Amino acid sequence: MWEYSDKVREHFFNPRNSGPLEEANGIGDVGSIQCGDALRLMLKVEPETEIILDAHFQTFGCGSAIASSSALTEMVKGLTLDEALKVSNQDIADFLDGLPPEKMHCSVMGREALQAAIANYRGEEWSDDHEEGALICKCFAIDAVMIEDVVNANNLNTVEEVTFYTKAGGGCAACHEGIEEILAKVKASRAGPGEVSPPPACPATPEAPKPPSKKLSIVEKIKVIEEVLASVRPMLQRDHGDVELADVQGKKIYVHLKGACSGCMMEAATLGGIQQKMIESLGELVQVLPSSHMPVEA
Amino acid sequence: MEPIYLDNNATTRCDPAVVEAMLPFFTEHFGNASSIHAFGSEVGKALKKARGQVQALLGAEHDSEIIFTSCGTESDSTAILSALKAQPERNTVITTNVEHPAILTLCEWLEKEGYIVHKLKVDKKGRIDMDEYKSLLQDNVAIVSVMWANNETGTIFPVEEMAALASARGIMFHTDAVQAVGKIPIDLKNTKIDMLSLSGHKLHAPKGIGVLYLRRGCRFRPLLRGGHQERGRRAGTENSASIVGLGMACELAMNKMAIENSEVKRLRDKLEQGILSQITHCFPTGDVSNRLPNTSNIAFEYIEGEAILLLLNKMGIAASSGSACTSGSLEPSHVMRAMGIPYTAAHGTIRFSLSVYNTEAEVDRVIEAVPPIVAQLRKLSPYWTDKGPAANPEAAFAPTYA
Repeated sequence: MWEYSDKVREHFFNPRNSGPLEEANGIGDVGSIQCGDALRLMLKVEPETEIILDAHFQTFGCGSAIASSSALTEMVKGLTLDEALKVSNQDIADFLDGLPPEKMHCSVMGREALQAAIANYRGEEWSDDHEEGALICKCFAIDAVMIEDVVNANNLNTVEEVTFYTKAGGGCAACHEGIEEILAKVKASRAGPGEVSPPPACPATPEAPKPPSKKLSIVEKIKVIEEVLASVRPMLQRDHGDVELADVQGKKIYVHLKGACSGCMMEAATLGGIQQKMIESLGELVQVLPSSHMPVEA
Repeated sequence: MEPIYLDNNATTRCDPAVVEAMLPFFTEHFGNASSIHAFGSEVGKALKKARGQVQALLGAEHDSEIIFTSCGTESDSTAILSALKAQPERNTVITTNVEHPAILTLCEWLEKEGYIVHKLKVDKKGRIDMDEYKSLLQDNVAIVSVMWANNETGTIFPVEEMAALASARGIMFHTDAVQAVGKIPIDLKNTKIDMLSLSGHKLHAPKGIGVLYLRRGCRFRPLLRGGHQERGRRAGTENSASIVGLGMACELAMNKMAIENSEVKRLRDKLEQGILSQITHCFPTGDVSNRLPNTSNIAFEYIEGEAILLLLNKMGIAASSGSACTSGSLEPSHVMRAMGIPYTAAHGTIRFSLSVYNTEAEVDRVIEAVPPIVAQLRKLSPYWTDKGPAANPEAAFAPTYA
């Protein structure tokens, strides 16, 4: 059985604000009966101030779906609509002292119900921007759709690359077979019906880095390095981490890994991914190292 | 409040007599059955006795037809992979789409490896179509594997008839009888079944012990190679304590078979009727007139199974569900979907599975506990109004897929 926090259990056994809300003027229906989770969020909004005066829910779903719905209604009461739109699924999960990885979609459903209800109040059309697939990597809660998107967008070919980009497969290794299947599927769809499959970009012989038109000055080089770090930063920040440039010594680039990235079991994979991007952008072979590896100055 | 265990199709408690029989094999009889000295020969004798006890419960002709394994899953994999390896000229497996994952996941992998797998469909009551089955019995079929009884609904399949049909076409027949052994009479010597899997922990023996029955004369290739244990058909030092425990459990099951089919069945029927008569919009699933005596699977519409289980658990009642959340996937039970049960009901299926240890008082307590739990969750459900299900539930609540 799942390991639910006490707070999840408490909100499940004693849900707040359940049942219909007669004076609701914003209603969001989201979920999928196929997956066994569906939620109706009802908001009573004061038109002048756009403050949420009351919030109720009705949920078809498991313990954590009901707890997430209950938590959501408690969290948004008293907020303005604009404030409420800033509530993320992570906020809902944090409010409940965490959810098991397989159950994070319950918090996602909560956030989407909120967006849908606010859109409904404002007379807007809300369309779902999130598609969820089967959970592939249970260690890092990465689903099939996410892996497929990343594989497609970055032309990935190996399990190791998928791990660099998404973390999927970096833990217990149970999902490697599943990741391989996604890679095979994407590869087949790239070829298209009747077409000849293009030769795969084999990871063993990556495209030779384009030689720079002229040798970069140290200032230009640091500018490129900062650009690369800026490009990976959103991904790290999503996981409550961050990265900063510490020093450049010849072909060695030292970085500070911060927040959740520091001491993370995926540190090597994170650095490997950054290094790959550095090599591509700089057009030369460099090594990315944690700042702890910097030689101590005399 | 004493907890009530109604999840005996998941696993059972070890019978105290089983534990007692096992204990000496952890201490004074710790020997390796393969050894020549007295420490070993004592264990060897105990294994022989246990083999005879299993043979008796299965009605096998010879005790050498009993191969001890580590679990039902190992027995299933051994049987199917053996049939394919021993008959390389045959590339097809016939099974059903309501098998246990021990068979279905293996078959999915076999398909990826290039084998052909035919999965028999079932009707609304979970019954297969014998004409479809007969039409699939072709020369390229290496093995048919059909469960004796379904773990979720208890529905019993006509495996003896199916085995006879396969045998007439020269095709091997395996049955996953993990749920059936000990609950209904089995007499293998009077059937054409070639292989049968059983699992100790489903009949009050410990976890970690299983059996593959292999009919004498059936072509075989071992899964594990190594020592000469089990006549070289399953290498690895015998799990002697558990084998002794399984032997004892089989003997007890023989003695209790009549109780299982009278008293346990009566309690199951009382439980089911008690629940169905008090709650609207719920129904039993599977072939209720032809099922295991201990199993009742009830679909509660418009609510979700994990939520029911959590509330039951709070009342000290243990059961299981076919909802997506409890199966750890995004889809509800494949068995419910195969029977065409709609999603609004499939997610709310609860399986109650009894054993000879359950009492009338327990059943009465469950009958009392279930209706308020269902009512409480329906009050939360967007498909439900205070007057019952929304007039047209699917239209009244049609959420955006998220």
